Amino acid sequence: MTQALFGQLFLGLINGSFYALLSLGLAVIFGLLDVVNFAHGAQYMMGAFAAWMALTYLGIPYGWALLLAPLAVGLVGMVVERTLLRRLQGLDPLYGLLLTFGLTLIAEGLFHHAYGNSGFAYPVPGWLRGGVNLGFMFLPLYRAWAVGLSLAVCLACWFVIERTKLGAYLRAGTENPRLLQAFGVNVPLMFTLTYGFGAALAAFAGVVAAPVYQVTPLMGSSVIMVVFAVVVIGGMGSIGGAIVTGLGVGLLEGLTRFWYPPASSVVVFVVMALVLLVRPAGLFGRER
Amino acid sequence: MTEPFPAPAPAGEMLRVSGLHAFYGESHVLHGVDLAVAAGEVVTLLGRNGSGRTTTLKAILGLTGRRSGSVVVNGRETVRMPTHRIVHLGVGYCPEERGIFSRLTAEENLTLLPEVRSGGMPLERIYEMFPNLWERRRSPGSRLSGGEQQMLALARILRTGARLLLLDEITEGLAPVIVQALGRAVRALKDHGFTLVLVEQNFRFVAPLADRHLLVERGRVVGEVARAELDSRMESLQRFLGV
Repeated sequence: MTQALFGQLFLGLINGSFYALLSLGLAVIFGLLDVVNFAHGAQYMMGAFAAWMALTYLGIPYGWALLLAPLAVGLVGMVVERTLLRRLQGLDPLYGLLLTFGLTLIAEGLFHHAYGNSGFAYPVPGWLRGGVNLGFMFLPLYRAWAVGLSLAVCLACWFVIERTKLGAYLRAGTENPRLLQAFGVNVPLMFTLTYGFGAALAAFAGVVAAPVYQVTPLMGSSVIMVVFAVVVIGGMGSIGGAIVTGLGVGLLEGLTRFWYPPASSVVVFVVMALVLLVRPAGLFGRER
Repeated sequence: MTEPFPAPAPAGEMLRVSGLHAFYGESHVLHGVDLAVAAGEVVTLLGRNGSGRTTTLKAILGLTGRRSGSVVVNGRETVRMPTHRIVHLGVGYCPEERGIFSRLTAEENLTLLPEVRSGGMPLERIYEMFPNLWERRRSPGSRLSGGEQQMLALARILRTGARLLLLDEITEGLAPVIVQALGRAVRALKDHGFTLVLVEQNFRFVAPLADRHLLVERGRVVGEVARAELDSRMESLQRFLGV
């Protein structure tokens, strides 16, 4: 009984840390660029695929993939921002959503065409194999690493955004990008870098997730719906809110899977509906 | 107080606007603004609400939508430059709504702006000049009073080394004692050779400070009153302003 409960809670924690990483990037992008980045799931999938391809074709190990895959996907993101998203600035955010949705379909279609739908397993790196028996549950080492690493990255992002000068630019730009530019800050460059950073963060989550889940072209679309719900619950554009809500939703799913498994995939949307009814700006959001 | 500012800049033309048209979306707001401001001069834009004074300041920085014509800042044509590059020619902007970032502390607001020219006022000097800001430096921008926000909005552009300051309605809605303090600050800036373009509703505030007053109506500069002519033309000026 407790074995099963802790098992589900821990699984929830893992999912939750991916939700946190993904919704953090979504919140940062939405905050500054006013773009609802539907391609976030595709960028997560591309991160996982980049890691798998690097290992399979080039023999590049997991440790390097953690660094290189986000870099590659981040670069692709920057090109997308420069060449496509930039043209939609000042229009209704719906256009950005449609564009990124279209890009998602293209990316998923390409990977589907090349690799099919069944997907690949990414082997757990040797130094993270095995696990520890904690008495009340068995703790696989890689999963503990995945949670710890994701949370460390989330906290680092939070710290940089809320407590440093670099983050002050982001916070100021989120509030009023035109004014920030009127003070001499190169805001168009900030837009490009921020979108690239958000994409890189999604790809990073993808690499960390690769040994946990199957690497498939559709792995992003299954997670992105929940992540959007997380962002809505936490409040659009709130950094700390995105992290806390991501973890919370993961745990809630885990608990539901223990008590009443059939409800585990809808519980997040029920919560979202309730939050929208009571606090339309989200739990941690401010009215814009 | 010790010398807070660098020596006055050499004389010359700081700003020349010719035939400036500007649009907000589809609406045509400026209809060919012409004006020139010499280095070290203090010039005000006077006019009724909606005459295009604030838009003129914004259009100089490229903050409106489309704009055409010519805006020469410090000898450089800027009409095709992106806003942040114009600012780096040495321009400081204090917007009408003050533009304090509410999620940043007072000090973060103060130090956020990149230096656009060397010789900006050091932070210690700024805190000497505005002691309130020192006391409130850790408060978020949203918690500052209107006066403190205005001090901050002015102080942060002094830090950047900008020599041409565009100040939009800096006395609006402030208590008389704060307006007096701002008057002293603007006087000090003038004495140290800053070039100032002020949009101001409070005529009594700017009358003793300005070298020239430009009259703005329907998106154009339609007249000019030098300080020496002020007394003789006061009546027509008041009629123009509708006071």
